[in-house]
Order: sequence, then C-alpha cells, then structure tokens
Amino acid sequence: MSEPFEHVVRSHGRTVLRVCRAIVGPHDADDAWSETFLAAMRAYPDLPADANVEAWLVRIAQRKAIDVHRTRRRAPVPTDDLPERGGAAEAPAFAGWQRDLWEDLAQLPDKQRAAVVYHHVAGLPHAEVAALLGGTPAAARRASADGIAALRRIKEQTA
Amino acid sequence: MTEDLRTHLDLADDDARLAGLADRLGRAAEAEGLLDVAYRTVDSPLGRLLLAATPRGLVRVAFETETEDAVLTELATGVSPRVLRAPARLDGVARQLEEYLAGRRREFDVSIDLTLARGFRREVVTLLPRIAYGTTASYREVATMAGRPGATRAVGTACARNPVPLVVPCHRVVRADGTIGAYRGGHDAKVALLELERAAA
Repeated sequence: MSEPFEHVVRSHGRTVLRVCRAIVGPHDADDAWSETFLAAMRAYPDLPADANVEAWLVRIAQRKAIDVHRTRRRAPVPTDDLPERGGAAEAPAFAGWQRDLWEDLAQLPDKQRAAVVYHHVAGLPHAEVAALLGGTPAAARRASADGIAALRRIKEQTA
Repeated sequence: MTEDLRTHLDLADDDARLAGLADRLGRAAEAEGLLDVAYRTVDSPLGRLLLAATPRGLVRVAFETETEDAVLTELATGVSPRVLRAPARLDGVARQLEEYLAGRRREFDVSIDLTLARGFRREVVTLLPRIAYGTTASYREVATMAGRPGATRAVGTACARNPVPLVVPCHRVVRADGTIGAYRGGHDAKVALLELERAAA
C-alpha cells in the first residue's frame, strides 16, 4: 500500500467507530477503535495494493471489538456517564427505538450480527460480507435480512 | 434501514471525538515504534509549512503551494506509508523555525534524514550548510565545492528539489549574475529570506 496511512484514518475512521459501537457500545468503542488502527498500521505496509481497505479494517475492528468486549465483561465499568446521542432524531424508522442499538445487536446470533454490522453499518456489499464471513453472497444477504428482522422483533417486544 | 442503523451509531460530538482518537493513535504509534513518518503543519510568515520527520530526523519541509496531499503521498511512496499527523516529534524544529523566521536564530540544531535526496542531489544538499547565514554562493561555486565545476545545472536541480528547505539553506544559492534564481517556495519567499538574513546579520 502506498496511500499515506493518515488518509486511511481520515477516510474510514467514522465507519470503524460505528462498527466498534455496534459491537461493544459507546463506552468501549474508543478503545476498540484505537486497537483497530494500531493493529492496522502495523500490518499496513504489507497490504496488497489492490486490497479493499475498508473491508480489511472492518474485519480487524470486528475482532478487536470482540476482544475489548470480552475483557470488559470480566471487569464491568460504571454506566452512568453515557455520551449524549446525536442523529437519532433524523432516523424515522428507528424513532421509536427504546433501547440502545448495540444492546439489541448483542442479542443476535454471531453470524447475523456480523452480517448486519458489515452490510448495514460498514456499508459493505453482500459479496464482500460473504468474503469476510465465509459462504456465498446469497447466504450473507439472508443472514443480514434475518438479523434485521430479528432487530425489528426485539424492537416490537420492547416498545 | 441502513442509514437509520448508521445514524443510531453516531453521537453528537463525533467530529471532536475522532480528532481526539487520531491524536491518541499518533502517540500510541510513536510509543510502539510504528510511526515511520510524523508530520505537522505550522503557520509562518511564508505561509503554512508542513514539517515531517522519521525517527532519524527531519525528512521534509514543504511550502503551502506544494499541497498537503501531494507531500503526504511523496512521503508514503518515498519513505514509508506509515505516515500520521503527530506533532510531538516536530516540536523542536517548529520552535527553531519560528526563531529563525523572526531573525532570532542563525543555525539549526536538528538531525536531518536525507532519504528523499539521492546521489549527486544528496551531495549538494549536504554541502549547503557551509554557506554562512547572511551570505550567498552561486550555482557555479556550489558545483565547484562538490568537485564538479561543470555541473551548474545539476546543482540548480538539487537546490530546487532540496527536501528540507529553510533548514538546509538552498535559498542562499543564487545566479552568478546576482539575480535570485528559482526557489521551491517561490521567488518572493527567497527574496524575503535573503533580506531577513541581510538585516539580521
């Protein structure tokens, strides 16, 4: 890779932060983000020039976020300083969402959660999601759709 | 649906948060020995300057006209793609440049990394600090110093492409007829530097 890493951070920092939040919630997402970009920077010079940088980062983020999540579950942190949420008001389909999205995502089976995060949060096409999850693009599409349906059910149950 | 999910994962202060995370990444990368090229910008009387350093020393000083993106790409291909904005490594150079441009400093005390200058160009750049503050030398004189008196044109190229202008004083090399000659930072910057040094010398 010959693109300056600074440009990688600027281009994909926001997407990686969303992926981290989707997996670990807002408290621990910053640590997962930092671990992700530090690991990425270490491997970056050896990344092939034709690699999909965003898909590569999202895969690292998923792994690092799960690591951070496991560590934190062993050492719970106080939850009374949740950062202020923005943007929710402009999201009509989820305007009635009663719970934090990351908590609901955590209830999905691993594969569905990963498919939802890769496709709907990171914006990767189903073919890229399939490459990350293993299996066919059709299976990735199905996992993602099943995950969204499950999220809607959770929303209805908790509304 | 996709847009909804994404906005549900955004928080009100994300721009500031991402800037803070980028700063933290720069410090962590430095601590882990991953920061092959650190850079920062500084405002100066000559416009915004970009300063970049490897662990070995100052590797690039760039003028605003060169554009940040082009310079970062040059660093990524010519030195290492592990380039991050991380000001700490450049603090000493930034302070010395400010003193120099205010007429309060005559020599720089910084390590230089000449990775971006090869062959004869590097030889020429290495010789330039011998031209004292407040004085000038002609391209022909520098060619003679380098042991190739006929290589006036190559000396001109070496000066024009000096990767660390200001700190390595290519602005002190002028034409034999007394006219200013070309400069990476532009004709006006070269005139201003020579006048600054003449006034302070």
